[in-house]
Amino acid sequence: MHPIFTSIAIAGPETVLTLGSLAALMLGTFSGKGKALTVTSLFAVAILALAGFTLLDAPAGITRAFDGLYVADDFSAFLKVIILAAAAASVLLALPWLNESGSGRFEYPVLLLLATLGMTIMVSANDLLTLYVGLELAALPSYVLAAFHRQDDRSAEAGLKYFVLGALASGILLYGVTLIYGFSGSTQLDVIAGVVSGQTERSIGLLFGIVFILSGLAFKVSAVPFHMWTPDVYEGAPTPVAAFFSAAPKAAALGLLARVMIVAFPGNIAADWQQILIFIAIASMVLGAVAAVAQTNIKRLLAYSSIANIGFALVGLTPGTPEGISALLFYVTVYVAMTLGSFLVVLQLRRPDGSPVEAMADFAGLSKTQPKLAAALAIFMFSLAGIPPLLGFWPKFAVFQAAIASGLIALALIGFVASVIAAFYYLRLIKIMYFDEPAVPLASEGSSVNGAMIAACALFCSPIGMLAISPLVAATARAAAALFPA
Amino acid sequence: MILSFMILLPVVAALVVATLPGEDAERAGRARVVALATTLVEFALGIWLWTQFDQTTAAFQFSENLPLFAPFLNWSLGIDGIALMLIELSVFLMPLCVLASWVAVKKRVPEYMAAFLLMESLMIGTFAARDMFLFYLFFEGGLIPMFLIIGIWGGARRIYASYKFFLYTLLGSVLMLVAMLWMVNFAGSADIGVLSKTDFPKDAQFWLFLAFFASFAVKMPMWPVHTWLPDAHVEAPTAGSVILAGVLLKLGGYGFIRFSLPMFPDASAQLIWLVFGLSMVAVVYTSLVALVQQDMKKLIAYSSVAHMAFVTGGLFALNTQGIEGAMVMMLSHGLVSGALFLCVGVIYDRLHTREIGRYGGLADTMPKYALVLLFFTMASVGLPATSGFVAEFLVLLGMYQTSTWATFVLTTGIILGAAYMLWLYARVAYGKAAGDDTRAMPDLDAREIAILAPIILATLWMGIYPKSFQAPMKPAIAEVVARLEGRQLATVPTDMSLSPALPALAAPAAAQESHH
Repeated sequence: MHPIFTSIAIAGPETVLTLGSLAALMLGTFSGKGKALTVTSLFAVAILALAGFTLLDAPAGITRAFDGLYVADDFSAFLKVIILAAAAASVLLALPWLNESGSGRFEYPVLLLLATLGMTIMVSANDLLTLYVGLELAALPSYVLAAFHRQDDRSAEAGLKYFVLGALASGILLYGVTLIYGFSGSTQLDVIAGVVSGQTERSIGLLFGIVFILSGLAFKVSAVPFHMWTPDVYEGAPTPVAAFFSAAPKAAALGLLARVMIVAFPGNIAADWQQILIFIAIASMVLGAVAAVAQTNIKRLLAYSSIANIGFALVGLTPGTPEGISALLFYVTVYVAMTLGSFLVVLQLRRPDGSPVEAMADFAGLSKTQPKLAAALAIFMFSLAGIPPLLGFWPKFAVFQAAIASGLIALALIGFVASVIAAFYYLRLIKIMYFDEPAVPLASEGSSVNGAMIAACALFCSPIGMLAISPLVAATARAAAALFPA
Repeated sequence: MILSFMILLPVVAALVVATLPGEDAERAGRARVVALATTLVEFALGIWLWTQFDQTTAAFQFSENLPLFAPFLNWSLGIDGIALMLIELSVFLMPLCVLASWVAVKKRVPEYMAAFLLMESLMIGTFAARDMFLFYLFFEGGLIPMFLIIGIWGGARRIYASYKFFLYTLLGSVLMLVAMLWMVNFAGSADIGVLSKTDFPKDAQFWLFLAFFASFAVKMPMWPVHTWLPDAHVEAPTAGSVILAGVLLKLGGYGFIRFSLPMFPDASAQLIWLVFGLSMVAVVYTSLVALVQQDMKKLIAYSSVAHMAFVTGGLFALNTQGIEGAMVMMLSHGLVSGALFLCVGVIYDRLHTREIGRYGGLADTMPKYALVLLFFTMASVGLPATSGFVAEFLVLLGMYQTSTWATFVLTTGIILGAAYMLWLYARVAYGKAAGDDTRAMPDLDAREIAILAPIILATLWMGIYPKSFQAPMKPAIAEVVARLEGRQLATVPTDMSLSPALPALAAPAAAQESHH
């Protein structure tokens, strides 16, 4: 068989997503105006599920395709499962909101499929150019999605802001790619690694390249100091889109960051990028925690919460060990469930006039008016705060365990203190829901699909979810091992 | 399996209670019954546990080990005598707490009972955990229900108090968690039994000790990190105060005896000046603060801090008498201060104020109540034949061998304790009633007698025949003392006549010299 066909077969999920998104576009165009959104959305979920199924019979071990531009291994497979699941959830959770807001166009699931395709390419990128293509394919639909509710000025503003800053970050990243190509002679990650480990002296050019790449990727994961867009975009973008942004792209960008750093820059140079990452991690944890204290808008709060959580996840990357990467993947998995769950509850609630809930003050007394949703949100908040025995404690535990095993005790101390500050604002929402008297009686939108997803996320984040630790950590350990070929 | 069952039963009951169907009033009634039945079953199981317990060995009994949450932690349970007695205390106080809240709590009764049942499960889990991270899970998990109990059912400044309680204790605990992660990384096991026999490097012990100290000192609470306690107590509902004083404060002392002493014996011996210094300040300072309180609950809260300083003093005497005394003090304080909070709750339910000045003359209008209050006042002061006497006597006996100076200062605490407790009693029970509403208060009813009588009996039993309570703990304490034997003590002035300088000031320099 021609090598291109073998490669296409290896890139199963991407192939399915490419064909599927094109098919979805046709399906949306030719189905009736009233039901186009629903039909396309369900079709998109089916495509995402199908893409997931192609992962099942993927060959074991590390398989390269497209002349080494693309790699399929346990690491990419694990992250793809999370990305596809989060994307499917993002398609489903948006349906009620889109139908009510008047922005119910079928392009939403199509754009989301295209962005997901970009993300799956990101986590499978074995070359800096594949990386860039994947990143842009994920980013461009995201800019459109941020501005999807175009009647709303805030949404248009969010889209524009995201686009301008995102384009800048892409430029910085691309500049880093050229520097690394110039100083190593290759864009392929394992070839770069060979060149880097052969060097005896530190190459300033490579170092600059790493700094630029890290800056560009830090923007994508919204880590401090490249986080400024996050609160504004989360606040302005339609809530389902903010939910999507907070989950799948974060998983993809963190996976990409881990692969580039671990595979392309091992050995001596690792100490250099570790320093940068330690700074980024500490700055994100502390700023995410401190800045969130003053927020009054739930979406901005969740934006700062995601900044802080990215900081914690990056703690897992700093040691550069298999344990650390395993902890990072575990963090991402639990984080996606916690943040999607929180956004789902926000989406599910309605003010008496039918408008969506955004101000935190609106949650006053929610435990009396909507006890089930309040209990679910409380589980997510305590879990995000990292209070045992909720599941959210264990990813923090895992990343700091990895950090301490590598002697990064100061990092662990700062991280835990930041988590106490962060606990303050998570508690504030619980205080508003449980201790305050009801102000506006909030109604539940009552979508049973979203209700089921909330229940699933809450169950996963509750102490019962601890039963998932063993299988999950076994999977993340296997995935992490793929980045460290013996 | 008995320990797992005791931990899981309240959780299941809490879920049942929280999801009961029906109207509000109907749900509340059912919730009370289910909660009471569950706590009584737990109590019965606790008694059965005691009868089955082998008092001759220090080994962990009723052991279970399931690698349920590997690789992070194991479901590993087991108790020795120390844990057994604290579990007994928890299961004994729980049904009384449910009864005490029977009519006093009116809003959101099912949620309230569910929170208490969760507390019970987490407390038993804390004492029964043999995996260090499982211990941490239960230890920290208790924050959530307690935060909700204070914040939802508390008094006027409940929100401030609940935040203070939560963040204070959380900050202390995360430092401990970092130390735990380091220790497990060093020793290669999270089993408490293994870690208790691991010899950590001496300079590492110093930092590990301080990290654990940060957590346990806050939980204890020791001066100067005690300030969350009066706020939390004053704003918590009566039963919440009972659980706080009765069991949650014991977590700090339990932590010291389970972790700090056997795992960091060198650091413990080197740092007794720190613990003694803080204990001495705490006893004198908080006793004086207690003297001037206008709020009954606040007064008892400050007296708790003083009593807890006896516990730390006894533990860091580092000998058998001191540690045994500290354990008895914890049990005794759990009963007596719990009962005192219940006594305050009784009159608070009638008059809805805790201000001492609003009462008076209760000996005339509520004779039964005055008698019960007198009994617990005396027990708190440490009258012979009550549990308080046994505890204080043993603690001072143990401390005397380590530092006469510290013993001297702590002994003044007994006098000050008598002063504030008797003065409280005089103002509440004697004199004239402050108003007609005070005079009209009815005496104890059957439910209240049923709550208080068991505590009176237990206090007397512990005071007259403490051996029943000491015997199970003896082998475990002997093991701790054996770990401490032969460690280099910090130079603490032991003889009053030779050392005119204040020990808390003189000791640090000496201790640091010997440390390097």
